[in-house]
Amino acid sequence: MCTMIAHQVKIQGRGKNGPEWFEVREANVSYDHPYDLPLEHALNIDFVNEALGPGARVAVELSVEGARQLVKTIEAVLAQADQRGVLEDRLVVAVPAPGRVREA
Amino acid sequence: MYQTDQYEGMIAETVGMKGHNGDVINAYLARPLGAGPFPGMVLIHHAPGWDEWYRECTRRFAHHGYVSISPNLYFRDGHGSPEDVGAKVRAAGGAPDTRVLGDLDGANVYLRSLPYVSGKIGVFGTCSGGRHGFLAACRLKGFDALIDCWGGRVVQSKDELTPNQPVAPIDYTKDLSCPILGLFGNEDKSPTPEQVNTHEAELKKHGKRYEFHRYDGAGHGFFYYDRPAYRQEQAVDGWKKVFAFCERTLR
Repeated sequence: MCTMIAHQVKIQGRGKNGPEWFEVREANVSYDHPYDLPLEHALNIDFVNEALGPGARVAVELSVEGARQLVKTIEAVLAQADQRGVLEDRLVVAVPAPGRVREA
Repeated sequence: MYQTDQYEGMIAETVGMKGHNGDVINAYLARPLGAGPFPGMVLIHHAPGWDEWYRECTRRFAHHGYVSISPNLYFRDGHGSPEDVGAKVRAAGGAPDTRVLGDLDGANVYLRSLPYVSGKIGVFGTCSGGRHGFLAACRLKGFDALIDCWGGRVVQSKDELTPNQPVAPIDYTKDLSCPILGLFGNEDKSPTPEQVNTHEAELKKHGKRYEFHRYDGAGHGFFYYDRPAYRQEQAVDGWKKVFAFCERTLR
């Protein structure tokens, strides 16, 4: 893309972009051209599972202000949960996600 | 200019071609019907992917009498919707320049192997494709005209260089082997008008044949009718300039 500003972080979670949930293992965060948001550049987050192919993707495209508010809100929610002692800061290992048939 | 009593026909289809390292990748080929000889055109898709706009653009060049091929530069990144594959490449910091050049060279060779293609071949690209087009016209042999539409990051500072894009294309300007048509929007952030000035100064310094047009009221991607960046008046004028340039350099 035209800015090439992109970072990847390993994550643990589940995502949904159709009728079924799937395991997401990476989050790709970029500031570059969005596909649908009517801006030249946007803060894009793709929750993906690279092992399942390009279609295993949950995408959001955010305005800069929306992205900043989201970051603050996530931090605030986690801080509140931590304060109440309910954070479950542990790995999800009990039940593996069903995943999908590899698309590539 | 098309006349209403003129016969017209084309074939457009997906083909296989040899790209970088001899890998067979897919490509979209559109050609006018007839024995030719027709000039050729290699179309370099933009960073968002090998998408419908590029298929239409490939057919557009065929409609204007060019045997046109658009290689899938993301072939090795997997298959799915163009958006999903494009997003994967975006996360990887774009396609490696070396691989892209190998694929573009393969597209050139493929066109030259066709019996109805004349000896003249152009290269057209938008966005990252404009940048790749400039690299191709500097680094590869066999291109007779370049159309660079708002190619970003031709001018790169050292801290913008990456393993996938290790050299700023502007550094190869002295090796540019064909005339270049550049179309830019004055409200673009990549390339900025200042970067276009820098690019133009370098072309001038090396005595290259160039024709730059800069449009007020337009930013990045003003040909894309499916994006809010579309600017009707500037796009219509830009397309006229593209085909006038092709007629002068490739016929």
